[in-house]
Amino acid sequence: MPIKTVYNAQIEHLQILDETGKLDDKLAKDTLTDEQVSYLYEQMTVCRQLDEVAFRLQRSGRMGTYPQNKGQEAAAAGSGFAAKKGVDFLVPCYRENLALFLHGLPMHYVLLHWMGDERGNQIPEGVNITPISIPIGTQMLHATGIAWAFKLRKEPRVAVTYFGDGATSEGDFHEAMNFASVLQVPCVFFCQNNHWAISVPREIQMNSETVAQKAIAYGMPTIQVDGNDLFAVYKASRDAIERARSGGGPSFIEAVTYRLGDHTTADDARRYRDQKEVEMWAARDPLVRLRKYLEKKDLWSEDRQKRLEERAKAIVQEVVKTAEGIEKPATDDIFDYTFAGELPAELQRQKATMRTSSLGQRPEQVGLHAVPERA
Amino acid sequence: MPRSEMMIEKGLTLVDAINEALYQEMERDDRVVILGEDVGLNGGVFRVTDGLQKRFGPDRVVDTPLAESGIMGTAIGLAMAGMRPVPEIQFEGFLGPAFDQLVNHAARYRTRSRGAITVPMTVRVPVGGGIHAPELHSDSPEAIYAHQPGLKVVMPSTPYDAKGLLTSAIRDPDPVIFFEPKRVYRSFREHIPEEEYTIPIGQAKVVSEGSDITMISWGATVFQCLEALDQLPEDVSVELIDLRTIDPIDEDAICQSAEKTGRVVIVHEAPKTCGLGAELATIIQERCFLHLEAPVQRVCGFDTVMPYYKLELEYLPDAARIVEALQQVAAY
Repeated sequence: MPIKTVYNAQIEHLQILDETGKLDDKLAKDTLTDEQVSYLYEQMTVCRQLDEVAFRLQRSGRMGTYPQNKGQEAAAAGSGFAAKKGVDFLVPCYRENLALFLHGLPMHYVLLHWMGDERGNQIPEGVNITPISIPIGTQMLHATGIAWAFKLRKEPRVAVTYFGDGATSEGDFHEAMNFASVLQVPCVFFCQNNHWAISVPREIQMNSETVAQKAIAYGMPTIQVDGNDLFAVYKASRDAIERARSGGGPSFIEAVTYRLGDHTTADDARRYRDQKEVEMWAARDPLVRLRKYLEKKDLWSEDRQKRLEERAKAIVQEVVKTAEGIEKPATDDIFDYTFAGELPAELQRQKATMRTSSLGQRPEQVGLHAVPERA
Repeated sequence: MPRSEMMIEKGLTLVDAINEALYQEMERDDRVVILGEDVGLNGGVFRVTDGLQKRFGPDRVVDTPLAESGIMGTAIGLAMAGMRPVPEIQFEGFLGPAFDQLVNHAARYRTRSRGAITVPMTVRVPVGGGIHAPELHSDSPEAIYAHQPGLKVVMPSTPYDAKGLLTSAIRDPDPVIFFEPKRVYRSFREHIPEEEYTIPIGQAKVVSEGSDITMISWGATVFQCLEALDQLPEDVSVELIDLRTIDPIDEDAICQSAEKTGRVVIVHEAPKTCGLGAELATIIQERCFLHLEAPVQRVCGFDTVMPYYKLELEYLPDAARIVEALQQVAAY
């Protein structure tokens, strides 16, 4: 009996806008209009400004730990823009702020979250996103479930979930992918391969040549795109989302990008990665690339850039003012969201007295209203 | 690893002490391996394993893929095959994926194989709140693991105890969860012996002797208790006990003290309901009922989800709450 090959696979890599700002017109056909590109460039610039300011807020003690998005704006913009605002559902981790903003999350919510305030997760009505997710790789299962609900109710809606290269090592990732594929739900798995899971580079995170190939094991359409190329990210995302919407099941996208900043403000990447690598990727900065493109097309000027930067500063300043102007939550908030309806008796006592010691909770029981006098 | 000048002059932090214990055990026993996320080149996100990969190489201090169940499950395999793994889970909030491996496998292997297979591993986990950290970086789940038979649970509060207890844990023939209170990581320094030493697992420590009230705590809240003692009127004499080991509980130590004082306050960060305080209070009423002068009091975290950091200090037991409980118990 001859040995037969029973499976063959290949992974395509899509790039439309290269590092010099040169566009492949054929591939770019029917993707983004000039107006949309300018709009997204502006949003990316504002997001970058927010990132820089957030970093400084942390350093000056005005905010807790913050994970910078720097360098990954095109991945968030292209995918977020491809999903239908108000219809589709985003299930993020924590490095795709712009996708959330494009779907209507007020910018100060993200700051509020990292300022240690749950109200940053109190997603406004009509904004179809889940809050920032801290544990790695767990939220993808929720996206599969959300998409499953869309399928059961026959709604033409899609869930798009975000995660990093490191998250694909977690068991939950594989369970989410398998469920999504077995159930053929309208879900898009968007991996931001930014090369680093804190200090662990992709090469020792996995022995797979690409992240995209992991989807092949689950029988899912998959593609690798230049994650710093707004056009490629948009096109791959749109295709996957529309395939899902029309009943074609889940897809996987590996967006190859780079975390230009530290993992978070609590991290110091100089301890473990070569500055030369960072510089190489800084040259591929999605913002720089997009500006080059816009300039080549005469859609941009020095003056416009200056005005945009000033506007970005003003917007972010206002966002910070809003976030910092929100008063500290009341201690009742610790208790009030534990369950729907009336709190159990013990929780009511804890809330009313801010005590767990029974004597402190019910002083009248033992006639101990006053603190005993000192001798 | 030779001590730095700072350590020689000012003593060791909790981080330094744990690092020194790991170093010495790795020197002493080449079966000891460290595995976890960012523990190698980066030296851990809290720098607890700093310098160890450089000294012992990437085969003994291993940066694993990002998968807690993977870390725990393979550590169990390493232990079963004769190694002495010391897996790190980066924060207590990420123990979730490893729970199955810990509870359904590590804790049960000795019993279900009737002693044929054992899991001598030490799981290091930073624990607790109070450091302005993001969500799921501030919980205190020690009672969950104490409730699981077959696991030992340790939580030191000082550099001296950390070094001695970690050494014991690594040499222990059974799985030990070694919780490291983050709030204490760098909060003070202490002069401790440079040579290796052990502190038996299961032994509490009397931090300060007293005769009126017994106060029991562990981990970072030991320092809130000390702060409370400073604020207390001089005529109330409190015996402060640092449990150090969560499971097995040093019943004799707490009962001896409770019988002496007849009044007990238990302080912990974890939520009150089904927290370790409930078990301690039960032991005390079972064994010391006739000695008690007041109901045993618990000053704990509330029975809520740990809030984000804007409200974490309102959630965590502080000196004021502890003082009030002590005074009420004293006056009862």
